[in-house]
Amino acid sequence: MSEVKKFRLTCIVCPLGCTVEVTIEGDRITGVEGFTCPRGKEYAIQEVREPKRTVMSVVKVKGGTFPTVAVKSDRPVPRELIPKIMRELAEVEVEAPVSVGQVIVENVLGTGANIVATREA
Amino acid sequence: MRSEYDTVVIGGGPAGLAAAIKAKELGMSVLLIENREFLGGIPMQCVHPGFGLHYFKEDLTGTEFIHRIIERFRELDIEYYTNAHVLEIVPYSYRHKILRVVTEEGIFEVRAKTVIYATGARERHTFEIGITGHRVAGIYTAGEAQTMMDIYGIMPGREIVIVGSGDVGLIMARRFTLEGAHVKAVIELMPYPGGLTRNVVQCLEDFGIPLYLSHAVTRVEGKKRVERVIVTKVDENLRPIPGTEESIECDTVVLAAGLVPYLKVIEKAGVKIDPATKGPVVNGYLETSVPGIFVAGNALVINDLVDYVVEQGEEAAEGAYEFVKNGGLPALKWRKLVKGRNIRLAVPHYLADTKDVTIYARVAEPEENVKLRFPEIGKEIRLPFVRPSEMIRVKLRGDEIARAEGRITMEVVRDE
Ligand SMILES: Cc1cc2nc3c(=O)[nH]c(=O)nc-3n(C[C@H](O)[C@H](O)[C@H](O)COP(=O)(O)OP(=O)(O)OC[C@H]3O[C@@H](n4cnc5c(N)ncnc54)[C@H](O)[C@@H]3O)c2cc1C
Ligand code: SF4
Repeated sequence: MSEVKKFRLTCIVCPLGCTVEVTIEGDRITGVEGFTCPRGKEYAIQEVREPKRTVMSVVKVKGGTFPTVAVKSDRPVPRELIPKIMRELAEVEVEAPVSVGQVIVENVLGTGANIVATREA
Repeated sequence: MRSEYDTVVIGGGPAGLAAAIKAKELGMSVLLIENREFLGGIPMQCVHPGFGLHYFKEDLTGTEFIHRIIERFRELDIEYYTNAHVLEIVPYSYRHKILRVVTEEGIFEVRAKTVIYATGARERHTFEIGITGHRVAGIYTAGEAQTMMDIYGIMPGREIVIVGSGDVGLIMARRFTLEGAHVKAVIELMPYPGGLTRNVVQCLEDFGIPLYLSHAVTRVEGKKRVERVIVTKVDENLRPIPGTEESIECDTVVLAAGLVPYLKVIEKAGVKIDPATKGPVVNGYLETSVPGIFVAGNALVINDLVDYVVEQGEEAAEGAYEFVKNGGLPALKWRKLVKGRNIRLAVPHYLADTKDVTIYARVAEPEENVKLRFPEIGKEIRLPFVRPSEMIRVKLRGDEIARAEGRITMEVVRDE
């Protein structure tokens, strides 16, 4: 009989903020309760396996309207990699013009996510 | 530049841009005036997502959201000024206003049949939230810190204390942490966090940032720059409890203690103010008590969502269009919207049955399993919960409004 663990978490997918409880036996998820919609169930499973977040920041721009351009990851990345990604982004400098959606860093740290611009510069 | 416009929009944030776009689409001549060096308002400095879920049906960052709106604005070739501050609106006749504008080239005057006032909000400062002590460097409002970091790329400090746990304070805590600063604490006066639980989770808990509930920052100390803050526990009447002082070392204090509609210019023009919203009293066309002056966005009422702000901008433009077309809004039978049980504020203040109206309201107390009721017109809506921090948005149709003879009450009651 493997160990039973329960995790209580707040779903962050929408403003409702449901409390979802995930039951794990050994390395198997045996129960998910408390979600109001399927996105919450998906989130909770992801969260206990490998928490992911969208990362956002600004990087330096040469010759633009502003000295920086805002960026984000185009999909969520593993939460524990975020500090490392931020350090990497601190070193990046791009040339103006930059358009919204332009890829600034491809496949950042091998996560499969691209860092894209969210503002013009 | 022409000498008179059908409408002049003051403020180039989401409300003003949306109003200008709508007005132009309706065929009006439009001028927009913005005092910052760029268009876009607050979203320009918001690199985080959470914008446009209703309006674009997508979760965009503030910058992405406003980019789409600005593109539409540019497509329509609307005249605008940046770096131009509206000093004064003179309502010199029912159908004409004069605006005094300062620009880099000097002061000029422009005539307008209508004005759409969309200047957003200002942030509450230390003196308004009872912080005493030294006036040293290192005290910023959240908006100032955001502009420095996210537009100009300058870190405001390294060891941060944030005052206020609304969504703005929480988002700033995460932003500072991601940029490598150390957020020592978020201090909240109330016994519960002001922002959404999801933001408490992903902005504080993700990073292990302590949240002090029922606490106030009462003093800032330092010689040239902030060196520490004094934090005090408060009782249930929100009064500091003597003897509970605690000192937190930091070099920066960020105030995220709420917004107040920014009305400096319009107040001088003589509009009536609602003490509950701290914004102007308006009718269903978002017209203020000065005929021909319309208002939208955070200058009208502090909104949680940019989507509502855009909607109000469009409504104000439609109001201005009616005004220009008819030489003034028609004399209508206005019904006063009365705040009933657990309604802290609600706009618009007067409703007519000539059009559908969207009401934006906030409750005073959190409650679960309630009904929103308009007894005079027999309308009821079930709500799983209401919270002071989350705006209620509800539509009343013209034919529903017509059912009321005099006032229309809005109230929250328990769902038995
Ligand atoms: C930190 C933060 C986070 C937020 N997060 C979200 C979110 O996740 N999702 C969401 O939907 N909403 C969010 N919001 C709310 C949203 O940004 C606002 O509701 C919205 O920007 C208000 O728009 P506005 O046009 O009324 O005002 P503003 O955006 O403030 O624009 C007003 C403009 O008018 C200009 N102006 C003022 N006075 C004058 C004058 N006299 N002459 C000329 N110009 C003038 C100002 O410079 C400014 O550019 C957030 C707000 C903040 C502060
Ligand atoms: S479970 Fe669904 S409804 Fe509940 S917070 Fe998550 S996304 Fe929102």
